[in-house]
Amino acid sequence: MDFEFIVGHLNYWLFIVLMMTGLYVVVARGNLVKKIVGLNLFQTAVFMLYISVGKVSGGTAPIFPADMKIDESVVYSNPLPHVLILTAIVVGVATTALGLALIVRIREEYDTIEESHILTAELAIARRELADMDGER
Amino acid sequence: MQPTTLILLSLVVPAIATAANMALSDNDNWRDGATLVASLVTFALVVALAVSGEYGAAVTVFSVMPGLELSFHVEPLGLLFALVASGLWIVTHIYAIGYMRGNNEHHQTRFFAFFSFSIAATMGIAFSANLFTLFLFYELLTLSTYPLVAHKETDEAKAGARTYLGILMSTSIVFLLVAVIWTWIIAGTTDFTLGGILAGNIEGPMVAVLLGLFAFGIGKAALMPFHRWLPAAMVAPTPVSALLHAVAVVKAGVFTMLKVGVYIFGIDFLSSTSASDWLVWLASASILIASVIALTKDNLKARLAYSTVSQLSYITLGMALATSMGVVGGGMHIAMHAAGKITLFMCAGAIYVAHHKTLVSELNGIGRKMPLTMAAFMIGALSIIGLPPFGGMWSKWLLGLAALDAGQVFVVAVLMLSSLLNVAYLLSIVARAFFLPADDGEDAGAIAEAPVACLIALVATALLSIVLFFQAGAIERLLAGLIS
Amino acid sequence: MAGEAAQTAKTLVDHLPVLQVVVPMLASPLCMLFARAGLAWAIAFAASLACLAISIALLATVVDGGVISYHLGGWEPPWGIEYRIDTANAFVLVIVSAIAALVLPYARQSIAAEIEAKHHALFYTCLLLCICGLLGVTATGDAFNVFVFLEISSLSTYALVALGAARDKRALTAAYNYLIMGTIGATFFVIGIGFLYMATGTLNMADLAERIAQLESNRTVRAAFAFIVVGIGMKLAIYPLHMWLPNAYTFAPSAVTAFLAATSTKVAIYVLLRFSFSVFSPGFEFERFTLLYVVLPFAVMAMFLASIAAVFQQDIKRLLAYSSIAQIGYMLLGIGLVTATGLAGSIIHLFNHAITKGALFMAVGAIVMQTGHTAIPKLAGLGRAMPLTGAAIVTGGLSLIGIPGTAGFISKWVLVSAALEKGWWPVALLIVASSLLAVVYVWKIVEIMYLKPAPQTSVGEAPLGLLLPTWGLAAACVFFGLWADLTIDAATDAANGLFGGGFAAR
Repeated sequence: MDFEFIVGHLNYWLFIVLMMTGLYVVVARGNLVKKIVGLNLFQTAVFMLYISVGKVSGGTAPIFPADMKIDESVVYSNPLPHVLILTAIVVGVATTALGLALIVRIREEYDTIEESHILTAELAIARRELADMDGER
Repeated sequence: MQPTTLILLSLVVPAIATAANMALSDNDNWRDGATLVASLVTFALVVALAVSGEYGAAVTVFSVMPGLELSFHVEPLGLLFALVASGLWIVTHIYAIGYMRGNNEHHQTRFFAFFSFSIAATMGIAFSANLFTLFLFYELLTLSTYPLVAHKETDEAKAGARTYLGILMSTSIVFLLVAVIWTWIIAGTTDFTLGGILAGNIEGPMVAVLLGLFAFGIGKAALMPFHRWLPAAMVAPTPVSALLHAVAVVKAGVFTMLKVGVYIFGIDFLSSTSASDWLVWLASASILIASVIALTKDNLKARLAYSTVSQLSYITLGMALATSMGVVGGGMHIAMHAAGKITLFMCAGAIYVAHHKTLVSELNGIGRKMPLTMAAFMIGALSIIGLPPFGGMWSKWLLGLAALDAGQVFVVAVLMLSSLLNVAYLLSIVARAFFLPADDGEDAGAIAEAPVACLIALVATALLSIVLFFQAGAIERLLAGLIS
Repeated sequence: MAGEAAQTAKTLVDHLPVLQVVVPMLASPLCMLFARAGLAWAIAFAASLACLAISIALLATVVDGGVISYHLGGWEPPWGIEYRIDTANAFVLVIVSAIAALVLPYARQSIAAEIEAKHHALFYTCLLLCICGLLGVTATGDAFNVFVFLEISSLSTYALVALGAARDKRALTAAYNYLIMGTIGATFFVIGIGFLYMATGTLNMADLAERIAQLESNRTVRAAFAFIVVGIGMKLAIYPLHMWLPNAYTFAPSAVTAFLAATSTKVAIYVLLRFSFSVFSPGFEFERFTLLYVVLPFAVMAMFLASIAAVFQQDIKRLLAYSSIAQIGYMLLGIGLVTATGLAGSIIHLFNHAITKGALFMAVGAIVMQTGHTAIPKLAGLGRAMPLTGAAIVTGGLSLIGIPGTAGFISKWVLVSAALEKGWWPVALLIVASSLLAVVYVWKIVEIMYLKPAPQTSVGEAPLGLLLPTWGLAAACVFFGLWADLTIDAATDAANGLFGGGFAAR
């Protein structure tokens, strides 16, 4: 593993760091909004991965001239990953919106957006239910 | 009518009885009358089949999976089993009417509906033409008898029903299903074929392993150590214990055992590979151990249940001996033991209905209050023990001959020892009933028998044991079809 | 592009593959626009019937081993998106749309009792989107398109689960957790697809299959497979990744639970099948190792541990949810055997379990409607108070155990024969032994319903609108247990199509 290898794969290193940061935030943070932020980081990392592999070294933007006189010597980057990611970004935005909407509803019902508080509240509900069932027996 | 139509009708009629039971739940007399008619019709159908004498008639209803069909056929063993089950259904139904009404039992409609349904399942087992069909009805029988075992809905009944279902389901799913699928894979078929389908497809110790899967998988045969469900099932009302747990269910088990021995392995294949030698030992042990346990039981039905465990192993033994005589003896024992044991159970139930007694130790002097019942009890007991002039003698005789034939002399000793044990645990009850004075504080003299319906039934089955002694030749001729 | 000219003269029938997805997609916003519950229901129901008709037509076309290749917008694959219908996915399309067509009539009365009236039209909008997503995942032959439709179905599912909040607020957190887990899974999946694209330069599944065949030792391809398995494993609740499922199934509205349990994990299984056997090939050493040493052990663990967990549940919905995780174990086990029979076992169980769980969750929904409870001790005596619902639960339960004469038995038979054929004794015994656990948890319900006297409350039978769909599925459990020729043939064809190289015979 030499210097060139490390620099040559720079986009991958960044991808890995960003993705792991995002995943860590999702797992480690108790605040529901922060979890969504982590999820966004995680997804964005993947977007970057896709976009960066679409780049062809020395390539220019993949836009043909208006008169469609294509110069064979010009190298274009690969547009397909970009297009794919456009879709993925839309999906990501929708996920974020839905997640935040759920958080609003959770805040209305539980009066908190801290995971630990919510768990405590749910545990209390479960206990009540169990006691209720024992009464039934 | 075509034999194939008769087969299908004999399945459908009890199923219709189930539907009729539910439809007529408002009127007890109509409901029970309909069942009686169904039982008579079913028996008539089976008799018509027997008279027509067309063995080999087969009918395929439809194909379940590619290569696996739901199909039925007539063969001697199945015919005998169907005759026994449907014939005794009539008697038991009459008895059950007396018992259920005499006891004011709850949920009688549910009881009779599932009762009829288990007869339908039994008929399916008796006539099934391949292992797959047999397995299907075998499981149906387990399920349809569960509500009968749990009938009382007390904690004890629920626990008993759990054991019942647990053991029968576990053994059939874990061992029997695997054995059936294994047979299907190596033989390419599960059809019952005289002479077996396994010869040439499996060899060496694997034959014994497969036989083991079958022997333990057929939990209804109550081979030790998977016998616990049978005593557990005794929490059921007595008509259930009488017909299902002395005749239909347990005989379905040993019937399957014989079918597997004769039509899947083939007697010749079994005896040439000696794969069933271990089963001879296990069945012998089962016979003796269960008899000894029966001796220790004070609860009358529990004692009879362990007696059944022991007697069932006679039939398994007949198969395991792998001689034609053994198979005939085993097959005949299905009928002989059925007549004897159902009498005993009906007597136990009659005692319960008339005097609410369940323990052997409470029966002192009861013979004077219930002379007819206890006389029938004695006939049943003597038949089980195997004395002339009662049916049970012939099957034991044939099994003894088969053991000598197979060169397993110790089996003869086992049979004799078991008969002695039978004397000890059955005749002691008769002696107690007739010769010991009644417990103090009870009116000793007056006759107080069970309802007439009960009496008719148990007298009929007691007489049947005597008739079977003289008609054993007919059964032997019938079963001769198994060995030709 | 080149093929455009050849694709001009098309009849409506030629467009069936895309109509399958487009119909619910277009019907969905209509439901929202009309915003009236009754009208929205009518639209949704009509759309679901249309989907069912289309899927049956498609299955009829490809059942003899044919393949329909539809080029979206006339763009020739591999540049354009291709919809490819063969026996395997036509079979799954029929399952999804048939369940949808049964759930919709059921949903009308069920959600009236469980969801606030102002959300009804939105409910149908989401349900149609979910149907559209599931059908799209199944129909498409383009790897990235799978991701897009997977997310369409997932996002609408999160919303549908959250609608259970009217009955229990825990539905909200269940939906939130599902969203987090589901999105992580989907992102893993899309990373896998990205790696495949990097290694091969294509997204068309058939193209991928050809190119991967030459790249077996490529580490990017291996990583791609690992990411795809984990990502889709999250969606299908493969054993250690199942944590989202019990809560989501428990707190979602009953109609939603019935629909999801019968379809969404099944479609995820299909995606796993498609990627494991068509895109990658079982000859791929790395894949065989993964299936054998990772998927198979986890499948067995699911069969036992999830069943044991089910035994101890005190809520019938949660009990059935754990049972679903265990049943998914059976399907994965069939995949893990890596034989044609094993695969057929998976596919047939996919179908049989869909109808079984559908029937059970629908029956539970009827109980929720009549009593408002799902706690098992409160089911006492319901067998008599609601005889038809009770009988449906027993029928479904028997099928879950695998009693002969029910659909579950057929699956068990095929799976056990697959294990025995391979000579894998212990696996065959594990399958039958774990089904004993099903006896325990099913009987726990049966005993309470039938052998425990009811408290003195008057509970009546559920309305016909709920009973008919429930019994439709319960009857199907028995029908496909006795007349299994049809399903076994279809599953075997599908398995052979997938296993015999899949796209190789293009």
